[in-house]
Amino acid sequence: MTGYPPATGISELAWLLLVLPLAGAVVLLVGGKVLNKAGPLLGCATVIASFVLGLLIFLDRLNLPADERTSHVQLFDWISVGDLRVDLGLVLDPLSMTFVLLITGVGSLIHIYSIGYMSHDPDRRRFFAYLNLFVGAMLLLVLGDGFVTLYAGWEGVGLASYLLIGFWSYKRSAATAAKKAFIMNRVGDVGLAIGIFIIFKEVGTTSYAGVFASVGEWATRSPGSLTAAALLLLLGACGKSGQVPLQAWLPDAMEGPTPVSALIHAATMVTAGVYLICRAAPIYNASTSGQLLVCIVGAVTILVGCIGGCANDDIKKVLAYSTVSQIGYMFLAAGLGAGVYGLAIVHLLTHGFFKAALFLGAGSVMHAMNDDVDMRRMGGLARYMPITFGVMFCGYLAIIGFPFLSGFYSKDPIIEAAFNAGGAKGWILGLAALIGAGITAFYMTRLMLMTFFGESRWKKLRSVAEPAGREYHPHEAPLVMTLPMIVLAIGALGAGAFLAIGDRLVEFLGSSSLGEFDEEAVAGHLPMPAIVITILTLVLVAAGILIAWVFVGSKPVPVTAPERVNPLIRLARNDVGGNAVNEALFARPGITATKAAVFTDDRGIDGGVTGAAAGLAGLARAGRFWQNGFVRSYALSMLGGALLLFLALLAVNAA
Amino acid sequence: MTNSYNPLLLLLIGVPLVGAIGMMFAKNLPVRTTKLIALLFSLVPLALAVLLWVNFKAHDYQPTPAVNPTPTATPVDSVVPLFSQVFSVDWIPAFGIRFSLGVDGISLVMIALIALLVPIVIGASWEEKLPAGRSVAGYLGLLLALESAMIGVFAATDVFLFYVMFEVMLIPMYFLIGAYGGARRTYAATKFFLYSLLGGLMMLASLIGLYVASADIRPEGGTLDWATLRSIADQIPVGTQIWIFFGFFIAFAIKAPLVPLHTWLPDAGAEAPVGAGTLLVGVLDKVGTFGFLRICLPLLPAASTKLAWLVLLLASIGIIYGAIVAAGQTNLKRFVTYTSIAHFGFIAMGCFVFTTQAVSGAVLYMVNHGLATGLLFLLVGMLAARGGSVNVKDYGGVWKVAPILTGLFLVASMATIAVPGTNSFISEFLVLLGSFRTQPVWAIIATCGIVLAAVYMLWIFQQVFTGPIRGRAVVATDPGDDHLAPAPSLGEVRTDPHGIPAVGPQPASTVTVTSTSVTTGVDPAARTVSLSTDVITEADPAARAEPVAAPGRRLRFGDLSKREIAVLSPLVVLIIFLGVYPKPVLDVINPTADRTVIDSGHTVGTGLDVTADRAQQEGK
Repeated sequence: MTGYPPATGISELAWLLLVLPLAGAVVLLVGGKVLNKAGPLLGCATVIASFVLGLLIFLDRLNLPADERTSHVQLFDWISVGDLRVDLGLVLDPLSMTFVLLITGVGSLIHIYSIGYMSHDPDRRRFFAYLNLFVGAMLLLVLGDGFVTLYAGWEGVGLASYLLIGFWSYKRSAATAAKKAFIMNRVGDVGLAIGIFIIFKEVGTTSYAGVFASVGEWATRSPGSLTAAALLLLLGACGKSGQVPLQAWLPDAMEGPTPVSALIHAATMVTAGVYLICRAAPIYNASTSGQLLVCIVGAVTILVGCIGGCANDDIKKVLAYSTVSQIGYMFLAAGLGAGVYGLAIVHLLTHGFFKAALFLGAGSVMHAMNDDVDMRRMGGLARYMPITFGVMFCGYLAIIGFPFLSGFYSKDPIIEAAFNAGGAKGWILGLAALIGAGITAFYMTRLMLMTFFGESRWKKLRSVAEPAGREYHPHEAPLVMTLPMIVLAIGALGAGAFLAIGDRLVEFLGSSSLGEFDEEAVAGHLPMPAIVITILTLVLVAAGILIAWVFVGSKPVPVTAPERVNPLIRLARNDVGGNAVNEALFARPGITATKAAVFTDDRGIDGGVTGAAAGLAGLARAGRFWQNGFVRSYALSMLGGALLLFLALLAVNAA
Repeated sequence: MTNSYNPLLLLLIGVPLVGAIGMMFAKNLPVRTTKLIALLFSLVPLALAVLLWVNFKAHDYQPTPAVNPTPTATPVDSVVPLFSQVFSVDWIPAFGIRFSLGVDGISLVMIALIALLVPIVIGASWEEKLPAGRSVAGYLGLLLALESAMIGVFAATDVFLFYVMFEVMLIPMYFLIGAYGGARRTYAATKFFLYSLLGGLMMLASLIGLYVASADIRPEGGTLDWATLRSIADQIPVGTQIWIFFGFFIAFAIKAPLVPLHTWLPDAGAEAPVGAGTLLVGVLDKVGTFGFLRICLPLLPAASTKLAWLVLLLASIGIIYGAIVAAGQTNLKRFVTYTSIAHFGFIAMGCFVFTTQAVSGAVLYMVNHGLATGLLFLLVGMLAARGGSVNVKDYGGVWKVAPILTGLFLVASMATIAVPGTNSFISEFLVLLGSFRTQPVWAIIATCGIVLAAVYMLWIFQQVFTGPIRGRAVVATDPGDDHLAPAPSLGEVRTDPHGIPAVGPQPASTVTVTSTSVTTGVDPAARTVSLSTDVITEADPAARAEPVAAPGRRLRFGDLSKREIAVLSPLVVLIIFLGVYPKPVLDVINPTADRTVIDSGHTVGTGLDVTADRAQQEGK
């Protein structure tokens, strides 16, 4: 029962978008060893086919007038019980189709890259199956026509993420990181689930069309429950997107193969939280406190992510913290509310390009460095792998917001919009975003300097990753890996300009449930001219670069991290306290509770039962005393019984 | 009351019973023939169950009202007949007791589950190693007898017959645990029997109470016919209902089991042979939750409503407490039983929140749990048969050793923690969504249980299947140095003087560790894969991670055989299929769930009267 008109033409085939990668996953998993050779190609083919179809549907949408771009594909009646009806249907609108192109586009490139990256792995068939499963689930997440289908995709990508982080499950650290990611995500999922229950209880449906049509009535009838729903959805979004307080799993998730980090833990899955908040825009628009909390989460996460990125020596963990912080920008934009949602999506797309380029570059570096990730052991690699360096340099310029590259076009308006929020709120959010930009420049410059410039520290070292002790022979990656990297680098350079100039994307998104893009909401009430904010940002970025140069570039980098450091660096090294909090609040009490519960069960409850049984046995032994064969004792017991009966009868009669 | 003679249900009870009796005379037949006969006798009920389903759909299927239908005054039971495929004859006329069988949507799906699981269990027990002196014919005969009794419980539409079947069901299970179980089988069987007996006696008392109460109301005297009792249920005084309710409730709460009446299950489940354990956890325990829906809600509606808080409290405790205790288990079989205790909490909660979504969800949960936990339990059995241990600590890195077993275990794990795409998601979602409508606080507590479920399941998975290959059940340091009982599936041929099932020579199976592949032969020493350094190639990540290689270390087992894969695949297919398309089962359950909610005096979620819903919700 969606209110959207049914899709026609090529759009009717939208179900194939999902089915192709999922079918690929099933075939690869069930197919057995026969498919070991062809597996990677099959995996790529299904995702590329999905991309082509997605592109066709997207173009089809573009040709329609703006108010007809939303349509619906009904697959089947999924869960119908009583007055609950959940359809498995797809909603095709500018928002979902933008995500489809991102997921299948970046997904295709990373699938291709993985052919090279995983070529030595005996289990690569399984790897491609999981990647396909991920793409299918992610497409269900963004295409589903209601909150329940979203939830199904939501947990589906969580499963794929679990399988892929733990892909090298023989490594204990990978298995642990996978479990941690799944469980922390589940905490968020509880929020999402209860949010959905509230929605259903209040408006009697879970489809977007139905819910959004009733939001007005709901907001006036029961504003409290609406805010509760908004906050619970936010909890879900925080879990999936690695936002404070559920951020600690994302850096650990880097245990997975690098293409996974690029696709799932940078470009697509972790942005699902942003998708959820944008998709549920009508609900957030009706809840001021919900929006404010989204902003606060975003602003805090920007800074936490930045700090975490500053002191880590693991190249992938730096990028992971960077992802945490960049998604903070998206949350901030999404929380600023009506008229600004579009900016979150623009940054999401440009981030998809430059972060994927950076991660694939990092993968290429690891490939060259015998799978080592410690930047202190690297240095001077630019000469040995020029293409990788070029790609990462493009990504680097884009993420720090170098003028006229992607990040500049997508991050700058978010900083402006934050200032635009007005009053103290505007200043606090704006400053957080501004400082974040400066710190981003610092840690990214540090990463580039430690990896590609300076002394080639690896020449005197032997590798530490298993099998340890090999010499390093850095080399450029094969074409199958560099080609996708180059494509992403081009995106990192130009996507921002393409999407942002003339408000191309935000106007396009305006015809979905996000609502019209509103220039006024972005820059209508700035406390200072927009150009001043831009210049301030650039000054801070330059300062960040300079400081990085002074601390890292201008002097030799010690191979082992210095022990004696100031408390701030120690905090940054210790994951900004995230793990300590988890450990203190959940892990240790959890283990204690488990031990206590097992003890209670064995000794308390079961002990009670066996104790009662023993008592009964004792009673039986006592009872044997009466069965002694002496007539006199039987007579005594008969007398006692008769007396008892007599008394009982008296009592009954008296009553 | 008129007699009906629809033979289908009688056959469903009778065929396995005949098979069970036949097994008594099969002691001298070759073992293989015995197994084939037993399998045949379990496949016939499966075919009959399919027929039952088809007939049910053809005659009685009524689609649930769509969203917000026009409020109708027509009570649902006049549209949907109470029971289908009825067989009913006089049994003890003096007390108005009849031998009546029939199915509604709830019992139909449970009977179908039994009919499906029993052949799978027999297939999975094909090479089960039984204790010395026990015959395979006896084992299979008891399994068939159990099937007969379980179908009887679900098909009974006379409360007395239900009680009789409820007690009869005990007997084969008692012998299955006590005679064919593990080391502490006597203890476990006695405990199981005493608990069940206590429950049975409580139920008998309540049954008599129900009879007396009906005699007070009906001028023609007492009855135990379900439909008649249902028609007078609302006239039984609340105080009387509460007393009767307690007896039934204790019986069902022991069987289900709810905390704190649960400690018999871990012992029984751990000591029972794998096949019997699967049926115990997968089906037999559901008689308890089925009883809630068949007896408590419709026949004692006022008491059920009044005492719902008690059930919800115990259910919530079970969900949280069962999960925490599960996380701390070191015995794989006990672990599975504790996960079930947590799941029974969800089912019980779904029964006592009185919304259609939750009741439908609870029934679907009963089916799905049978499939998912059945798969999990069978896989634990197959793993334990290989490694010769159920101790979690004895395993590690099994993923590399037995990838197919691990893959299936992963499917079962995901179904256990209700990941979307598996069947359990639908049922858990429905239970929680339906509970939230009337009991938001309990529903929120229960929803937190899904995090704990992920914790216990992934924790066990991590310990057993991931990491470097290790553990004394997996790796033997040298051929003569087996600490544990020899693993039976390694194909040793047992010839027992007592005519005990010989674990026949297996078809040669291939054990593969990445690039190394060794075909197994008859000699146990040759059925192992050398893990010495020279065979591990550079490309083998296991070697890169942590070389387990020490000369003379070998794996004690390999992956699933073709038979095992074939036996388990129906469960895997159903788990995925019902996760994607639950409609065929939901369509059968929904009308009965609707009726159960209405019978219990509620309307939320039925779609019958929306305004009443709202009023009731807001009144709470």
